Amino acid sequence: MKQFQPSEEVDFLIIGAGAAGGIMAKELSSAGFSVVVLEQGPYLREKDFEHDEIKYTRLSAMTNNLKRQPQTHRKSAAEPAKVLSDKFLQYGRQVGGGSVHFTANYWRLWESDFQQKSRHGGVPGATLADWPIQYADLEPYYTKAEEELGVSGLAGANPFEAWRSKPYPLPPLPVKSSGVIFERAAKQLGLHPFPAPMAILSQPYRGRGACAHCGFCEYFGCEMRAKSSTLVTVIPIAEKTGRCEIRPDSYTRKIEAGGNGRVTGAIYFDANRREVFQKAKAVILCANGNETPRLLLMSKSSRFPQGLANSNGLVGKNLMVDAGFEAFGLFEHPLNEFKSVQTTRAIHDFYEPDPKRGHYGGGGIDARFDFYPVSFALSGLPKDAPRWGREWKAMVARNFTRTLTLLAHATCLPREENSIALDPDAKDAWGLPATRITFDYHPDDVRNMKFLLERQVEILEAAKAQKIWTDTTDLALLPHNHLLGTCRMGDDPKTSVVDRYHRAHDVPNLFLVDGSSLVTACCQPTCTIQALAYRAADHIAGEARKASI
Amino acid sequence: MLDNLISRRQWLALTPFSAAVLAAQQHAHDVMRHAKPATLSVLSVTEAREIEALASQIIPSGDSPGAREAGVIYFIDRALATFDADKRALYTEGMKRAQAARLELFPNSQSIAALQPAEQIRLLETIEKTEFFDVLRTHTILGFFGNPSYGGNRDLVGWKLIGFEDRFQFEPPFGYYDAETQK
Repeated sequence: MKQFQPSEEVDFLIIGAGAAGGIMAKELSSAGFSVVVLEQGPYLREKDFEHDEIKYTRLSAMTNNLKRQPQTHRKSAAEPAKVLSDKFLQYGRQVGGGSVHFTANYWRLWESDFQQKSRHGGVPGATLADWPIQYADLEPYYTKAEEELGVSGLAGANPFEAWRSKPYPLPPLPVKSSGVIFERAAKQLGLHPFPAPMAILSQPYRGRGACAHCGFCEYFGCEMRAKSSTLVTVIPIAEKTGRCEIRPDSYTRKIEAGGNGRVTGAIYFDANRREVFQKAKAVILCANGNETPRLLLMSKSSRFPQGLANSNGLVGKNLMVDAGFEAFGLFEHPLNEFKSVQTTRAIHDFYEPDPKRGHYGGGGIDARFDFYPVSFALSGLPKDAPRWGREWKAMVARNFTRTLTLLAHATCLPREENSIALDPDAKDAWGLPATRITFDYHPDDVRNMKFLLERQVEILEAAKAQKIWTDTTDLALLPHNHLLGTCRMGDDPKTSVVDRYHRAHDVPNLFLVDGSSLVTACCQPTCTIQALAYRAADHIAGEARKASI
Repeated sequence: MLDNLISRRQWLALTPFSAAVLAAQQHAHDVMRHAKPATLSVLSVTEAREIEALASQIIPSGDSPGAREAGVIYFIDRALATFDADKRALYTEGMKRAQAARLELFPNSQSIAALQPAEQIRLLETIEKTEFFDVLRTHTILGFFGNPSYGGNRDLVGWKLIGFEDRFQFEPPFGYYDAETQK
């Protein structure tokens, strides 16, 4: 792999080697530019990945760890923020980022997602807005992402999906018992179940082997290279260009700006916590919806006293997360849901918001099993079950192979108060300000999650589950893995942070490309984040060739 | 360990690269499963015996092995020595209160371990709303159902109990209902 000197001015400095950063690195290095990618986490390989539930889900071996990077939370600005003992926001922290440990759901947005405000009007108490781009602008890049990375699915099986220029490159993964039960019941109710699109290979593809159905997808790295993370797809291509250096264990603390209002590079801590300044002609932040705004806010200077790209004060605002409640069903015969990918069937029948429901919101529902042995024993039994002892043990023994979950993937309304900011007191292990999260759901989000939960329960009833129970605490989904909207995209510099090509309105050679760009949030964001990255890279490479950065 | 071996047919279905990875992974994995640290590092033998007596009612033995046979206490000791070292004070305080509760319930008793099972259960019921109980329950479950490399889940008793198999490859059908559709 090519190595650059920090004093060498590279064409692009990318911060974050995750779902978006990996694609930016591959696209820009392939286009002939020199690229350094700073990644705060380590460079892990397939041999490092283990089937160890404790290591990854309890000890955060591949995600942010509160002992090192604390978070504080409050529901509103009127409350004091408390230091959290359980994560509120979670993100991948190694080369490949969240694309290494994600469940690999790979849903495109609908055409209507880009026009929610025009279609449904404003929602009081929310900052709902249209995107500056349309589905048609993104479609070629959705197709490119699916083809380059490797996605399994069945085009046309979802009657509601937006038009697509090409089918999925790979057929769907084999259906599991949860999928069969869900499909039968949903059809009985007149709904339209379809094979869940997954960024996991159902067949060998581009030098990688097919999924072997070990079951360790969500929270885990794939030893088989069957999960289409950027670690095993685009990052190796970027490195092979000879123009891209992936620099792991490099934790950025500040993006430097010159007196002319342009950024000049970034200061980071290396593995030995020494400060290094990497010089660059342009900086692209792909650090995720938490770390991108945090880094901008930490990059204050006399020229940018509120932080970089933040003249309108919107950096970190409009935080949106994964919303949705869980319903559980117990069945007579073994499902053995611990085998294979987490989910194989979904519905989009309630995806589009409908004014008849009396609230704003919609979402998809899928059948899945998110549990592993420890997490199931801790919290997989019905709410009225004992918590320990002989009877509890017998129930865990019987239910583990017979339980499934229906999970809603719901809209989350943007609210300006919901935000990422620098905590005034708490510090991380490097002495940098910790993330302070201000977040509470909009009342319509809660109504919508309850509406969807009723649909989930109806499906379980139609499936004749022996027992059905739900979880409606607002902590049910913690930690949140979808970190969205905190540097939203828009044409108007007064109401957005980046333009339609992800360029910061305030800084001509600074681009923000990750979940923070999303204007609205529904369902599964990774596919859209990666399509946006391909589109941004296309544009940025063109601008760089014209010397317009 | 025959059930962990991959059939020749399955081998051939894999790409050469995948097969090599799979072999290496399965080997490393099988070696790890046999790790059994049998010594205590932070708990004294007496403390360990008392904590184990409680853990053994959270996951009792009986028709199938429980926390005791799984070596949960070795997991707890290791957790308190490493990633949960900050919970040692909670254990010390929690066990002190448990001993006080024992003397209140059973004034003539000598230790938790020496109580009858029904008495141990009664004792647990008096502390089950405490933070210490929550941590002890969590640790007992981690030690019973977690990876054996942490010292618990000996002979995979936790996984055998619930029908979980930690393998690198499965083939459909996976369960009863997807098998039905293939008939």
